[in-house]
Parts: sequence; structure tokens; C-alpha cells
Amino acid sequence: MNNEYLKAERAQEWRETLRKSMKNKDRTDLPRVKMPEVPPEIRCHTYDEVNLGLSLEQAIGESHRCLDCVDPTCITGCPVEINIPKFIKNIERGEILEAAKTLKETSALPAVCGRVCPQERQCESKCFYTLKLKKEPVAIGYLERFAADYERNSGQISIPDVAPANGIKIAVVGSGPAGLSFAGDMAKMGYDVTVFEALHELGGVLRYGIPEFRLPNEIVDFEIDVLKKMGVKFLTNCIVGKTILQEDLVAEGFRGIFVGSGAGLPNFMNIPGENLNGVMSCNEYLTRINLMQAADPESDTPIHLGKKVAVIGGGNTAMDAVRTARRLGAEKAMIVYRRSEEEMPARIEEIKHAKEEGIEFLTLHNPIKYESDANGRVQRMLLQRMKLGDPDASGRRSPVAIEGDTVWIDVDEVIVSVGVSPNPLIPQSFSGIEVTSRGTIVVNNDTMQSAVKTIFAGGDIVRGGATVILAMGDGRKAAKSMHEYLSSNQTE
Amino acid sequence: MNKIVGKEGLSDKVVKFEIEAPLIAKSRKPGHFVIVRVGKKGERVPYTIAAADPQKGTITLVIQRVGKSSEKLCQLNIGDYVTDLVGPLGKATHIENFGTVLCAGGGVGVAPMLPIIEGMKKAGNKVISVLAARTKELIILEEQVRKFSDEVIIMTDDGSYGEKGLITNGVENVIQREKVDLCVTIGPAIMMKFVSELTKKYDVPTIASLNTIMVDGTGMCGACRVTVGGKTRFVCVDGPEFDAHQVDFDEMLMRLKAYN
Ligand SMILES: Cc1cc2nc3c(=O)[nH]c(=O)nc-3n(C[C@H](O)[C@H](O)[C@H](O)COP(=O)(O)OP(=O)(O)OC[C@H]3O[C@@H](n4cnc5c(N)ncnc54)[C@H](O)[C@@H]3O)c2cc1C
Ligand SMILES: Cc1cc2nc3c(=O)[nH]c(=O)nc-3n(C[C@H](O)[C@H](O)[C@H](O)COP(=O)(O)OP(=O)(O)OC[C@H]3O[C@@H](n4cnc5c(N)ncnc54)[C@H](O)[C@@H]3O)c2cc1C
Ligand code: SF4
Ligand code: SF4
Ligand code: FES
Repeated sequence: MNNEYLKAERAQEWRETLRKSMKNKDRTDLPRVKMPEVPPEIRCHTYDEVNLGLSLEQAIGESHRCLDCVDPTCITGCPVEINIPKFIKNIERGEILEAAKTLKETSALPAVCGRVCPQERQCESKCFYTLKLKKEPVAIGYLERFAADYERNSGQISIPDVAPANGIKIAVVGSGPAGLSFAGDMAKMGYDVTVFEALHELGGVLRYGIPEFRLPNEIVDFEIDVLKKMGVKFLTNCIVGKTILQEDLVAEGFRGIFVGSGAGLPNFMNIPGENLNGVMSCNEYLTRINLMQAADPESDTPIHLGKKVAVIGGGNTAMDAVRTARRLGAEKAMIVYRRSEEEMPARIEEIKHAKEEGIEFLTLHNPIKYESDANGRVQRMLLQRMKLGDPDASGRRSPVAIEGDTVWIDVDEVIVSVGVSPNPLIPQSFSGIEVTSRGTIVVNNDTMQSAVKTIFAGGDIVRGGATVILAMGDGRKAAKSMHEYLSSNQTE
Repeated sequence: MNKIVGKEGLSDKVVKFEIEAPLIAKSRKPGHFVIVRVGKKGERVPYTIAAADPQKGTITLVIQRVGKSSEKLCQLNIGDYVTDLVGPLGKATHIENFGTVLCAGGGVGVAPMLPIIEGMKKAGNKVISVLAARTKELIILEEQVRKFSDEVIIMTDDGSYGEKGLITNGVENVIQREKVDLCVTIGPAIMMKFVSELTKKYDVPTIASLNTIMVDGTGMCGACRVTVGGKTRFVCVDGPEFDAHQVDFDEMLMRLKAYN
């Protein structure tokens, strides 16, 4: 974001008045707010959201901690550069709807990001409190969620202004965060946008992956509704490259295509016994539960509810799976991870919540084989004990097997969560685009434009497994540059 | 939502549907399948596209009642809608002039075989079809199969129609009688396993169309995985057809029982 613009906003009278209203010393003495949570004993048995959200008093209290810095370093930690002090100071003066509006200037899904962003690695890691005071950062994520929820519950939702229709048809492949934010921005500029989604529900990972105890479906529905009100069309059960081909889209007059098809292909470890019944990918487990509601007795989709469940991996996906298993009645729910807790890619809050819920952590363990009972169901797993060796290329210390040190553990369900690869559908079916050996689509990083000038891409299909906010940022960037491209090529 | 425009019982257990799906009717090829969901609590279930009419914008599915989800679909009538229908999925059958092609279809497997029989015939092959079922009433689509086959051999377990015996008997007779360049087999997993073992003995290249358990059908979950030639493959995106001699049928049979 433009520095001059930030400065001008900061110089507005109301912000100056607020800054003067309280001494910085008093602000920094305030303790960071604690997020009210459902107690672990109770939430282990429900699918309700764990974090309850801040009250108005709590939010206003926390907003006083923010110093409205001259150089708001927090913004540099946010991939979409939300004007963080502006929205927080709006909360401080009680203008919550204004705060929500500020969020929407740059973020298409604030209620989502406020819940699932790894804030401790992004905005909050760059907060003045973290960098200079060595204190707990301002709770930017909690405040973001608060403002977005407040607006949603207020009934006074601002539907972004939409420019007059320009009649230009744009196709979006995939309804995950990348596709949704792209669609929103293009609609704002007056384009005629259609989102094609392969599944029968919209939202991508927000729907089929992240469980309701972290991100209620109602919130995803709400955000999609806003897009519908802005005129975005959605077509479910339509696989681009299968149901409708690249050339069909062109023939039907779509002038631009944005690919946000995600990283939906699950990785396996290729170890003996991995195809036994009871061993499945994290995507299968979460899809059965979240998309197909298999745990609901009324649902036709079956699921085996394990009592001794091991989840292999240490990312957000693994935490979501293991905590889901716990809620579905697992007496023993374990994380098996080959490095130590320090290297776990999951959000710190999720690890903390998992521990409170009684999840066991078998770090420095790696499965090497599974064995079945007489019916072909997994019965036990052999784990290799590991130790940390020298740092690898990524700077993380790499795990090495401790020769001969193995242990058998009884399990009746294993969920493999060792990463995902880019969805191969589009790379295989589109001609002209460039694809890396990892299966990601090659784009110009500044414009998100692919080798085919009318095709743009973003999110996990470009980055491999990344985050919601990065996917959204890509969608926005692509919208801006597609608009520029189409505007300068009007004559075609 | 896709409207059902035709329904016909082929046997006690088997129903043929014609369903509106204009985009799929246009883009599908032999070997492709769709995923169907009936009702908001319904399961996503795969069915092969047995035929399509791009002019009318419809596809034909042939469904065998085996359990909850297939039964739910078979309860629907003309004018009703299926909740969701997505496709065409999977890789299309590799069709070319191989010479003599033997198509071995068991039970409802004859339905997905139909477009392959037609395709193989049109590509200039001599097509010999072996249809098998437990008893006469369960032999379906015989007339349509005859239309594109040079010869049709019918096998029933109880001898109530055609010859008495298993599908493997019919297949073996043909292989012993003349040179077969390719065998295609579709039916219950256990049947495909025995056909495959037989053709392996005679060195006849064989393709099997696998009907594993699926969820999304787009390569996202891995529920459909099978071991082929020692490697894990996803039936919905890498298949459904594979070199039968490389398929680990025992593992597949075990995996089909995951929710029994
Ligand atoms: C369980 C889980 C938990 C996670 N937790 C977090 C978290 O806490 N914080 C965080 O920031 N990130 C998290 N992530 C990562 C984050 O969800 C992803 O980075 C993000 O969703 C990527 O967005 P996307 O729009 O690129 O793709 P996706 O969300 O994957 O959406 C892609 C969509 O495209 C559809 N599609 C694919 N191909 C086609 C086609 N050919 N035609 C039509 N449609 C198609 C797919 O069905 C899907 O709906 C998590 C991921 C998972 C799986
Ligand atoms: C690519 C493909 C094409 C198919 N084409 C046809 C077809 O044209 N006509 C037809 O009648 N059937 C076809 N099937 C099989 C059909 O999907 C199953 O018979 C159906 O899922 C059974 O569901 P059910 O609830 O009625 O039976 P259930 O009572 O649930 O199960 C009956 C049997 O089918 C297995 N099964 C359960 N769910 C699935 C699933 N999603 N996919 C496969 N098997 C499952 C069970 O393990 C059980 O052995 C095909 C399957 C695949 C994978
Ligand atoms: S979008 Fe994410 S990174 Fe940006 S301010 Fe909000 S919580 Fe922080
Ligand atoms: S760095 Fe921290 S204190 Fe400073 S403006 Fe940003 S959130 Fe407020
Ligand atoms: S059905 Fe999910 S990957 Fe094949």
C-alpha cells in the first residue's frame, strides 16, 4: 500500500485525538486479551466453534493496546496489507462498522482470515510489541474477526459498490478463497463473472477441509451470499477441463479465465499396508465428515469411527483431522510427526487447542508399516523413532532414523496427512500454459498471468499448499492485472 | 439438479435411466462415468455413462439395486430430479483397431461395456461379446449388444439361457478357438479377477474397468486407490480401466468391503 496514503489517513483528526487520549506507557501496560473458549471437556463432544469471539468491551479494551505506530510494521506482515491501525482505531472509537469497511478495502473474507490466518507468523509477528517491546502482540486476528462478525450480526452489511456492467464474461475455475476473492474484485469492476466448481458445494477447502469447530459453514455461506448479491454467478458440479473444456469457454465468449483450482491431490508415503481398510488420506476423512456429513446418522455416506486414531503429519490439516477424530469418539487420538514440535507447520493456537483436548503427540516418530487384522482392517502400526540431525536446505533440522529403535502401536484408524500436491485437472487439460515439475502452474509473480495471456492463476495451484490469505491475495492481484490487460486489449 | 426423462426396468434388479445433462452428453466418451447424488443427505456414487444423446442433451445410466444409494436412485421416476450429477469422469477407453476384441461383461457390467462394444466395432474390430449372469432374467441389454457384436455368447450359472457355466468358460472357449487380440472385462470384482487370471494364462492382453469405492471422483480423496503393477493408482483419475494382469484384485476385493 502507498505510504503517503497511510500517512494521510493516520494524520486525520480523529486518529490524532485518539492517540493523545491515552499515554503510550498506559497502552503498553495493558495485558493482551484472552479469547473466550468453550472448555475442552465440553468441546471434545461437540462440533461447535471453539473460539467464542471477543465481546464489545474486550475488543475495545484490546484496541487500546495498539499504538497507531508512525511506521506500522504489522502491515508488512499481512499478505494483503490490511490497514491494521486504521481498522483497530475505528474499534477504539466504537465505529465497528467502519472497522469492517476498512477490512473489506483489501480483504474479501475478513471473518474467515480472522479465524484461520497464522497470525503469529504474519501480521502479529511484525507488530511493534513483538519486534521492539518483546511483549505479546496486539491481537490483530481476534480484532479482525470481531469486526467482521459484528458487521455480519448487525444486519447492516455493506455490499460493495459494483461498477456498471461492462458485459465482459470472465470464468473462474474453483470456488476456494483464490477464486472467491478474484470473483469479488472483478464483479466490483463491472465484469460478468461465473465461478465453476467441481464439487456440489462452494468454498473449496473452506468447506470440505477446515472443520466447523474452527470455521462454521454459516460464515462461508455468508461471504458467498455477498458475492451473489454483487452479481457473481456460481455453477456447481461443473469440472472445467471435463464437463466444459477450455475451448468451450473461449467459444462461449469468456474473455478471461482465472484458475484457482487448489492443491487437492493427497500425498501418501508409499509404505507397506497403506492401502489397508482404515488407512485413508486426510482429504478423504475430512471430506466425508465436512462435505458429506458422514457422522450425521441421517447421512448416506459411511464413515468408520475409530477408537484408536493416529494422524500422520504436523500441519493444520493434521490438527483438524485429529481433533475431529476426538470429537467423533476416539478414546486415543494421536499425532505422529517425524520432527519435533518446534518444526510443526500447524498454527500454534491449533496445537494448543489439540493438547487441551487430550490429543497425544508422538513427535520424532515416523510410520514405516501398517498391519491388518484377519478382515483387512488396520490393527497396528510400526513406528521408527527419529532424532534431529543437521539443518537441511529449508533451515529446519532434518529428522534421522535411530537405527533399530522401533515401536508397535495399536490403532484402528490411520489418517495420512503428509501434504497435498496441485490438482492435476487443469494442468492436464489446458493447452498453452506452463507447468512445473511439481505440477504448479507458472505465472508472472507480479501479475499472476500465465503463458496464455488470457489465463491467470493463483492460490494453491500456483504455490502448492499455502494459506487462505495468500490465495486471496493472489486472487486480488490477478483481478487487478486481468482488468489492466483486458482494458488495454479492447480492440481485439 | 438434473431431470429424469426416461426410466425403464431391464430386470428385477436393474433400471435404465435417461437423464438431462447437456454438457456431459456433449463431452463424454466411452469409458467415462458420472457421480450422482440423490437427496441432500445423499452419498456421491459413481455410475458409468452407458449411452448419450448430444442432440437431446441426455445421458443413459443403467443402475443395479445393491444397497441404499442405488435403491434411492431407482425409486426416482420420470419428472423427478437427481440432486447432483457431475462428469464425465475418468479416462476414456482407448479405442483402436486391435483385430479381434473379446468383451466379457457380467451382470450390470454389461451396461458400461455397451459403449465400448460399439466403439470397438466402429473402429473396425471383430467383436465377440460374452454376457454372463446367474440366471436368464438377469441378462440385460442383449439386443443392444447384438447390434454391435459379430458374435454374442450367453452364459448363465443355472443354464436357464444360453450355455450353462461361468463367464470364464465362455471366454476360454473363444480363446481356444481363435486368436484374440484384446479382452475387455467389466463386472463384479471377483469375476474380473477370474477372467484376468484366465487370460493371463493364455497371454491375451486384458483391460478391466474397476468399480472401487469413491467419494469425490476427481482425484481429491484417494478412497478409490488400487495397486496396479506394484504402484498405488487412483481409479477415478488414472482409470477406471487398467491392465487387468497388473491389478491387485485381492486388495481391491478387500477394500470394497471397507464399509460392510
Ligand atoms: C484441512 C485444512 C486446514 C487448513 N487450515 C488452514 C488454516 O488454518 N489457515 C490457513 O491460512 N490455511 C489453511 N489451510 C490451507 C488453505 O485452506 C489453502 O491454502 C487455501 O484454501 C487455498 O485456496 P485455493 O482457492 O487456492 O484452493 P482451494 O481452497 O483448494 O479451492 C479450490 C477449488 O477448486 C475446485 N476445483 C479444482 N479443480 C477444478 C476444476 N477443474 N473445475 C472446477 N473446480 C475445480 C475444487 O473443488 C475446490 O473447491 C488448510 C488446508 C486444509 C486442507
Ligand atoms: C467407475 C465406476 C462405475 C460404475 N458403474 C456402475 C454402473 O454403471 N451401474 C451400477 O449399477 N453400478 C456401477 N458402479 C458401482 C456402484 O457405484 C455401486 O454399486 C454403488 O456405489 C453401490 O452403492 P449402494 O449404496 O447402492 O450399495 P451399498 O449397499 O452401499 O454397497 C454395495 C457394495 O458396493 C460397494 N460400494 C459402496 N459405495 C460404493 C461406491 N461409492 N462406489 C463403488 N462401490 C461402492 C460396497 O462396498 C458394497 O460392496 C460403478 C462403480 C464405479 C467405481
Ligand atoms: S488478513 Fe491475516 S495476516 Fe492480514 S491482518 Fe488479518 S489476520 Fe493478519
Ligand atoms: S505494529 Fe502493532 S502497535 Fe503498531 S500499529 Fe501495528 S498493531 Fe498497532
Ligand atoms: S474418488 Fe476420491 S480420489 Fe478417486
